[in-house]
Amino acid sequence: MRKIWDIPGGIHPPENKHQSLTDGIGTIAMPERLILPLNQHAGAPAKPLVKPGDRVLKGQMIAEPVGFISAALHAPTSGTIDGIADQPVPHPSGMSARCIELVPDGRDEWCDHQGVGDYRAQPPTALLELIRNAGITGLGGAGFPSSVKLGPRQPIDTLVINGTECEPYITADDSLMQARAPEIIEGVNILRHILGNPETVLIGIEDNKPRAFEQLTEAAEGTGIEVVEFPTKYPSGGEKQLIQILTGKEVPSGKLPAELGIVCQNVGTTFAVYNAICRGEPLISRITTVTGQACGRNGNYEVLLGTPISHLLAHNDFDAKACTRLVMGGPMMGFTLLDPAVPVVKTTNCILAGSKAEFPPAPPAQACIRCGLCAEACPASLLPQQLYWYAQSQNHERLEAHNLFDCIECGACAYVCPSRIPLVQYYRAAKGEIRRHDAEQLKADHARQRFEFHKARLEKAEAEKAAKREARRLAAEAAQRKTATSEAPSSGPGSADDLIQAAKARAAAKKASPDEQKAKLERSVEANRNRLKIARDKLAEGRDQGLDSDAMAKLEVKVNEAALKLKTAEEKLASFDDTSPGKGDSTVADDAASRVMDRVTASRREQLETTVASLKKRIASAEQAIGAETADATIAALQSGLEKQRQKLAEAETALAGLGPDGDQKVTDPTTVDAASAAIARAQAKAAARASMTPEQKAREDLHALDQRIAKARDKAQAARAEDSEHAATLESALEKLEEKRRGLIEALGAEPEETVPERPVAESVPAPSAVEPHPVPNDDPAAAAIARAQAKAREMAAMTPEQKRRVELASLDERIAKARSKLDSALAEGSEHVEALQGALEKLENKRRSLAQQDSDGVNPEGGA
Amino acid sequence: MIEIITQEPLLAALVAMVGLAVAFGAVLGFAAVKFKVEGDPIVDQIDHILPQTQCGQCGYPGCRPYAEAIANGDEINKCPPGGQATVNALADLLDVPAPELDAEDGDQSDVKKVAYIREAECIGCTKCIQACPVDAILGAAKQMHTVIASECTGCDLCVEPCPVDCIEMRPVPQTISDWQWTIPAPLGERLQGLRSADIIATDRDTGTRAA
Ligand code: SF4
Ligand code: SF4
Ligand code: SF4
Ligand code: SF4
Repeated sequence: MRKIWDIPGGIHPPENKHQSLTDGIGTIAMPERLILPLNQHAGAPAKPLVKPGDRVLKGQMIAEPVGFISAALHAPTSGTIDGIADQPVPHPSGMSARCIELVPDGRDEWCDHQGVGDYRAQPPTALLELIRNAGITGLGGAGFPSSVKLGPRQPIDTLVINGTECEPYITADDSLMQARAPEIIEGVNILRHILGNPETVLIGIEDNKPRAFEQLTEAAEGTGIEVVEFPTKYPSGGEKQLIQILTGKEVPSGKLPAELGIVCQNVGTTFAVYNAICRGEPLISRITTVTGQACGRNGNYEVLLGTPISHLLAHNDFDAKACTRLVMGGPMMGFTLLDPAVPVVKTTNCILAGSKAEFPPAPPAQACIRCGLCAEACPASLLPQQLYWYAQSQNHERLEAHNLFDCIECGACAYVCPSRIPLVQYYRAAKGEIRRHDAEQLKADHARQRFEFHKARLEKAEAEKAAKREARRLAAEAAQRKTATSEAPSSGPGSADDLIQAAKARAAAKKASPDEQKAKLERSVEANRNRLKIARDKLAEGRDQGLDSDAMAKLEVKVNEAALKLKTAEEKLASFDDTSPGKGDSTVADDAASRVMDRVTASRREQLETTVASLKKRIASAEQAIGAETADATIAALQSGLEKQRQKLAEAETALAGLGPDGDQKVTDPTTVDAASAAIARAQAKAAARASMTPEQKAREDLHALDQRIAKARDKAQAARAEDSEHAATLESALEKLEEKRRGLIEALGAEPEETVPERPVAESVPAPSAVEPHPVPNDDPAAAAIARAQAKAREMAAMTPEQKRRVELASLDERIAKARSKLDSALAEGSEHVEALQGALEKLENKRRSLAQQDSDGVNPEGGA
Repeated sequence: MIEIITQEPLLAALVAMVGLAVAFGAVLGFAAVKFKVEGDPIVDQIDHILPQTQCGQCGYPGCRPYAEAIANGDEINKCPPGGQATVNALADLLDVPAPELDAEDGDQSDVKKVAYIREAECIGCTKCIQACPVDAILGAAKQMHTVIASECTGCDLCVEPCPVDCIEMRPVPQTISDWQWTIPAPLGERLQGLRSADIIATDRDTGTRAA
């Protein structure tokens, strides 16, 4: 005989169990419809696998578990799915939840199912998966998914099977143990196997169930399973209480039994496991006690899940008038059902239809007299009266300090309270309140995180914008410098096109720098060599195979072609090597750099001369290539290229001629010399040179450029002053700025500031005025381009007569007005709220234009011309 | 050594004291560096109590700025979404008497609400997205927008910017999973009506039914 421990507290309420224990387990007629809530268990609701109208077979899974803590749902009988909708479910709130409705077809047709032959040959994980898919949950209490409880992380040394059923009236487990002891023992064996054969396996039964004890003892003979009987006391069926009674171990507050190496399962669950593993039948029915004085007949029934409770009651001669309260569960821990139409679910162990005698109206609660009876009765060794006080004052901190969450809501304290205080309801409310608070806190933390992320995101976006702005500013400055140093001649309407073309040319040049060109040529030589080899191989192969002459001829032609191509490629490479000077001792990059440096420093004449020379060279090599080429298409292409080069040469030569003996002379005719492209070439060369310069060199370069600009600006300012022009002040301030910049640069350079600004090089031509169109600066960045444009314009304007200026302004105003109009139109079309603002802006522009036009007309030559 | 101590007791004591002071000072200084507490715990604690609705009804751009303001001496009763419970908790934390909630125009209702966009009316202006402090609105320019209800704190900030007024605050429906027992009415009320709250633990031995 095993040593039995006692638990603190506990009560002995009237048992009222005999009424329902008269005749075994009965059956119930098939109801007209079954209502299967998707959430009959603790955890996430299952996800339906069927849709209305589907025909399902008995045992077919109709909803699958979602996530770890969840359970599957199966059709309790064959029939048609009628709908998936919200229905009242058995819950203290009386609220509705999602349910699958099934209309039985009366055939009760099983789906394919079979048990596992020898479960001992199966690994525990496979069995656990079967249990999970069978939808088994704890049938005694909260409906926790069994597969989760049976797969603890800790090693288990004790398996406790709960056959206590301590609550009054309920006899479902008792009748099950009496009727199906061998199956239960087999189920325990399966659980043992799953848990890795724990040393101790105990079945705990209260001594008010002698027949069940006998049956189980008999069935357990020789299995090593100990069936233990212990004195009846409420609530010894609580998991922690039963463990304490059977093992003497107290499960610490906030811990799980598994942490002590103990797993506890209800006998009903054990039977369901047996059914699932040995017969392959999922959990589709359970034993439910129907009892209470309002029922003419009391008894235990094997009920299909989803059976409406009203159906069950009708079967038991329910007298609705006599019933004061319909309870699901026992009188101590159950809850009142507001609607008898709710279905039987996995946790429905008892339906108690109480009469007025059984459930008299609760007497009025009195004030707590601090008698301490509740503390004596509490099986969890809590201080119920303290909990009561704190629950009333919603002092969550104190409640948790008094281990409110260890309360199993057994109702023993309320049962003994002389003041009839509904203590349990206070605890339930307080627990709910704390849980809600915790959930809110969690949500608040989440919101805080999201808010912080939101802030960080905005900051990042702001920083990015600032960086972009800065980059744009820098790019604009660079562009400005470039335009300033290269003095892009702005004359002629063709200049814009020229610039664009130059940009394109630059892109092309970038694509094929000398290095790359050479590499490309080398690659093509290589490829052609390979091709030739392949063609030769093929020819040899064909000869071996004895191909007919036609095919052979073709192959031969191919070989010849390949050979020819190879030759051209080789020649090209050779001629390229010729044209790239200085190849050999120094690296190509250095060459390029020095070349462009040469070009930068060379005077215009020299530049043109070199251009002419290089063009001539290129033409010569192209001619050579044409001579070597045999294919028509290639020749044509080469010739067109040659033509272009010749043209260029002609241009360059005329430019050279136009330059006259003095290369420093101002270029007057923009059509004879492509001044713009020359300038661009200069700028490019400079940029390329800069790329290969050290920062110090760069700074010096900048300095030089600045010096030039300053000199020019000075000249201009002087001229302006001499003319007493209104621009003198502006020019002077610009000059100051330039000088400041220069000082900054010198400082940065750490060099001795040069005392005198060098003479303005005469080579720099004065920008030709009168271009109305802003110059498009070849730049990807639209903002930088815009800035550069604006600057170029400002420069132009500075050199213009007032009348010209007005014209330009007028033109730009017209443009702006047109733009504003189109914007306004689109805004109107979209119904945007900006319409008004846009209209206002447009009006202003128009006013401005009017006044400008006025000036223009009434002062045709107001300032005598500039 | 002994002679010095006996001959110059005052000096010896002085030296010993200064030596001890230096030694302990070093230990304390080391501890202060080694076990330095990061951040500003009081602001964090206050922020933890605030409901994180981020609605700005307190006059600060979010709960954290208000927490900082409280730490710098601002009133603790300016958060309407938190309600009196938050004020009490703050008073508790800061050990000051709890003032009444200052909620003249603040929205302080017990019903939790989330924003809802009537999607048919949404013109896709993205104004609400910019207003939402917790990025709970999903959408793109000229596309229909929607609120991720589980992320929405119900702060109300997106309602006003909507040019077509298609955002409304809807109460969150109670579901079975967030239902909770209510605390029984206070004792006085219960004694009046004699209709006690429902309890199940009433199967007392009334003598009318034999066990
Ligand atoms: S039994 Fe009732 S009256 Fe007595 S201390 Fe507990 S709560 Fe108070
Ligand atoms: S309901 Fe809670 S406090 Fe009351 S006796 Fe049971 S465990 Fe203890
Ligand atoms: S009023 Fe709004 S923003 Fe201010 S603390 Fe309260 S919830 Fe946060
Ligand atoms: S969706 Fe609207 S109400 Fe919800 S958090 Fe965002 S701004 Fe506030």
